[in-house]
Amino acid sequence: MLADTRIDGVAKAEAITPTKGRSLWRDAGYRFVRNRAALVSLFVLLGVVVFTIVGPFFARWSIEKIDWSVVGNVLSKGYPSVETGHFFGTDEVGRDLYSRVIQGTQVSLMVGIIGAGIAVIVGTIYGAVAGYFGGRIDSLMMRFVDILYSIPYMFILILLLIIFGRSFVMLFVGVGLISWLGMARVVRGQTLTLKNREFVEAAIATGAKPLTVIFRHIVPNLLGIVVVYATLLVPEMILLESFISFLGLGVQEPNTSLGALISEGSRTMQYGTIWQLIFPLVFFVTILFTFFFVGDGLRDALDPKDR
Amino acid sequence: MIQFILRRLAVAIPTLLVLIVVSFMLMKMAPGNPFAGEKNVPQAVLDNIFARYGLDKPEWQQLLEYVYNVVFRFDFGPSFQYRDRTVNDIIAQGFPVTFTYGAWAFVLAALIGVSLGIVAAVRQNSWADYFAVGVTIGAQVVPNFVMAPLLVLVFTLWLRWLPGGGWNGGHWSNVILPVIALSTSYMANIARITRSSMLEVLSSNYIRTARAKGLPSRQVIFEHALRPALLPVVSYLGPVFVGMVTGSVVIDLYFSTGGIGQAFVNSALNRDYSTILGITVLLGALTIAANLIVDILYAWIDPKIQL
Repeated sequence: MLADTRIDGVAKAEAITPTKGRSLWRDAGYRFVRNRAALVSLFVLLGVVVFTIVGPFFARWSIEKIDWSVVGNVLSKGYPSVETGHFFGTDEVGRDLYSRVIQGTQVSLMVGIIGAGIAVIVGTIYGAVAGYFGGRIDSLMMRFVDILYSIPYMFILILLLIIFGRSFVMLFVGVGLISWLGMARVVRGQTLTLKNREFVEAAIATGAKPLTVIFRHIVPNLLGIVVVYATLLVPEMILLESFISFLGLGVQEPNTSLGALISEGSRTMQYGTIWQLIFPLVFFVTILFTFFFVGDGLRDALDPKDR
Repeated sequence: MIQFILRRLAVAIPTLLVLIVVSFMLMKMAPGNPFAGEKNVPQAVLDNIFARYGLDKPEWQQLLEYVYNVVFRFDFGPSFQYRDRTVNDIIAQGFPVTFTYGAWAFVLAALIGVSLGIVAAVRQNSWADYFAVGVTIGAQVVPNFVMAPLLVLVFTLWLRWLPGGGWNGGHWSNVILPVIALSTSYMANIARITRSSMLEVLSSNYIRTARAKGLPSRQVIFEHALRPALLPVVSYLGPVFVGMVTGSVVIDLYFSTGGIGQAFVNSALNRDYSTILGITVLLGALTIAANLIVDILYAWIDPKIQL
């Protein structure tokens, strides 16, 4: 009697909570959440993203409107203050830094995400195809990547920006041209080890065509490494864009980006208007820091043997 | 060995040719011509100018002549902007400056980075290790164009120890800040790479054997562990070189050191296409050569690579 109820209870408990399989992604999720630096970084990063979306609603000045009451004595009147509506102060010509920093942050994030997106799509397909087919196709495709890789792309990108004019589109094209190379290499290497596994053999044995094998069986197994690499690519792309903006070859006025703001701020800091450097710098460093930590956390979570 | 070098050259030379051809075609695609000023120049005069610069010939012939002059006579042609100077003059003026602080930065980054990495690995979890790891993380988010203003802010504006710009014939006080700004992030990366590979080597079996037979710690580290631990560092030297070449643009721009980067940005803003082209090709060739040397060095150090 007693034993019966106990068995009953166990059976009931089992019926209520069926054993869940722990997938790779669920495991990775647990590991990621346990990594405090990565988790905090993720929340800070989300905070920055939310700020760039919500922030403009609180702005009292647009990115190009000049506050004439400040012009000429930016040091004594253009400092950060709530009363004047310049929460981050003004820049050298009296434009509101709050709005400009928000736009700069948006541009930086966009560049990073577009660069990573192109890398994920083009790089994954390119690398998987090269790795899967192997042989002459592989060495031809990867030789092409090698050649592109050893060209000092920064100069080509600057050349592109000068010749075709400076614009958002050109910037994104330039970033996209470069970003996928590393991804293609990583993915190819991973594909080489994957394609000799039993499940690929099984798929081929059942008559799956090469492209089906690549997209149904190989690419899903690459996702872990692709996600990690893409996350680490974002700060690289942001650095690239900021570098170009710092040289004054990025987006055109009145549009701005964090690199351009840092460049302006570093030129004017000798007059004492230090906030023009500090605010963009803080946002810039925060974004890079958090992306690095999130990427690191993802790598630890998705690739446990690396720890 | 010779065969290995020849195989590498078989990639390097086409890469260089691709670089020259692509840059040349980009230049030809640029709208307008370099001599279209505000004044209306009579057609006869324009024809004469075009003939002098060889622009009246078909483009394929111009390209062939350009490649021939660059490869066999090391002649980058006349500047389009400064009538009395050739591109070679402009390069000859800027190159020694860039080479001076670039070489210092390269040596400094390698020496200090490797030493820091070794110390951190040998004394793992000591204050030296935490210091090295902390510096590494910090330097990842402080690229040279952020480092430069910060250094000037501290050492020029606050402490007034060092000049914040100029070259002054290469006086030591003018060289220090550019070298630090250029080398910091690479130094940190080299330290990180050295540390992790050193840790891996130190935990391997043959190191335990060496310790077990009673060798002094110094001998184990420097004679047994260092060489394999440096392999990843050597393969990173190529990217370091590329980074320093592109970084010189920032250094020249920010510190007004008058190096080749300054010539590049100036010619970029002046649309002096022949100078941009010349500098791109020269720096591209240097990059490709540096990668080649790194490859050979790597193969020479690593006994696993069969030459």
